[in-house]
Amino acid sequence: MSEARAPGTFGAAWLVARKDLAIEFRTRTAFFSALVFAVLALCIFYFAWDESLIAPAQRAPGVLWVVLAFSALLGLQRSFGIEEHDRGIDALLVSPISREAIYLGKAIGNLLFLCAIQLVTIPALALFYNLPVGRPLLVVAGIVLLAMVGIVAIGTLFSAMAVNTRLAELLLPMLSLPFFVPILMNAAQATTRVLAERPLAESWPWLKILIAFDIVFVVACTLAFPFTLEE
Amino acid sequence: MRRAFGRRRAVDGVDLSLNAGDCLALFGPNGAGKTTLLRLVAGLLKPTSGSVQVCGHALRDDAAARAHVGLISHQSMLYRALTARENVEFAARLYGIPDPRAAAARALERMRILDRADAPVRSLSRGLQQRVSIARAIVHEPSVVLLDEPYTGLDAAGGAALTDMLHLLRSSGSSLILVTHNVDEGLAIASQAAVMLDGRIVRHDDCTTLDARVYVAEYRELVLSGADHEESLDVGATA
Repeated sequence: MSEARAPGTFGAAWLVARKDLAIEFRTRTAFFSALVFAVLALCIFYFAWDESLIAPAQRAPGVLWVVLAFSALLGLQRSFGIEEHDRGIDALLVSPISREAIYLGKAIGNLLFLCAIQLVTIPALALFYNLPVGRPLLVVAGIVLLAMVGIVAIGTLFSAMAVNTRLAELLLPMLSLPFFVPILMNAAQATTRVLAERPLAESWPWLKILIAFDIVFVVACTLAFPFTLEE
Repeated sequence: MRRAFGRRRAVDGVDLSLNAGDCLALFGPNGAGKTTLLRLVAGLLKPTSGSVQVCGHALRDDAAARAHVGLISHQSMLYRALTARENVEFAARLYGIPDPRAAAARALERMRILDRADAPVRSLSRGLQQRVSIARAIVHEPSVVLLDEPYTGLDAAGGAALTDMLHLLRSSGSSLILVTHNVDEGLAIASQAAVMLDGRIVRHDDCTTLDARVYVAEYRELVLSGADHEESLDVGATA
């Protein structure tokens, strides 16, 4: 015990994230449910509109962000659920790692989880909606990553708050979605311009606001998280 | 120390101190406040007033102080999808133990479950999960070990391994707080015994001067006179 030295905030966060990903890799329940939802939603949206009225490329940004927001919720739901089953969270709280490290670890795990889903969703979107591949799609992937940071920051915090309640599955979307709006609004505006192959400078003002929201949400949620654990 | 939930005082003015190597057995009926007290000592609950100090450091505010504490609870605090080894190794890494793999193997060996180390926790019986849970709690060789009904679900071999472990921890200077309904079980290990009723410590004895048979009879009388707690009494074979 004398030689032991507890990991720092980021080291501990990585341990928590790695553990969460290992659990998800073994069970794959949340991954497959989020993936199946995303692909099915893309199909439904594709066939729901008359192609002669609105071109698929014009529909794609809206479809992308609806699918992304709801598939993210499916993944976020399980984030603290795995801690509650046998009170694994108590072992984390008793350990010498900080509450902030637990939050950041959960958020990193969720971010990587959602990135894995987007690795399938974005190419599927390009395929269904005949989007320009290459640079525009890479920029869209970058915008998705930026939006994911904010979505995960909020979703992880509310997942911790909702998990102990009787209506956790209802409460998480009710709490999270209003906070997703400013992120989705800016991300969708930027995506529309990128997919229309307009200059990146036109999307830049929206991206700046998106980055600002990311910073605010990550900092505020990290600071607020320890208070959600108090009984 | 006090802790209230709304208007109800779950822990009401408890003042305890333990020296290195002491073991306090805490008895009491359901709802007496034993588990709340243990969660306060573990830093999982914030006291309404008062504080917990480990080696002179306030537990809740000091990560280094938390590194001295090990908790064994009603729940296993394990991840079912991971193996026993992965669970214990994860705990060892959280405490920054230099060789987490070796430390995990050592803790599992002590709890006599190394042969099932690579089995997923979900495939283990309740008793074996409890052994893994104990291995997880002691992997960092804590100075203070908090045990909430640790014998629940253990078979004879698991119980013996736990008793050996508790004696070993005491002899190496760890302080233990053992919450149990079973007075015999508690007195067999403890150096001090206390009875909790309605959030208060109503009796505190030194075990070296206790006659177990007399204590059990007095405990039963004390609890029954305090409230209608008969259904929760389990005073062991001596009663």
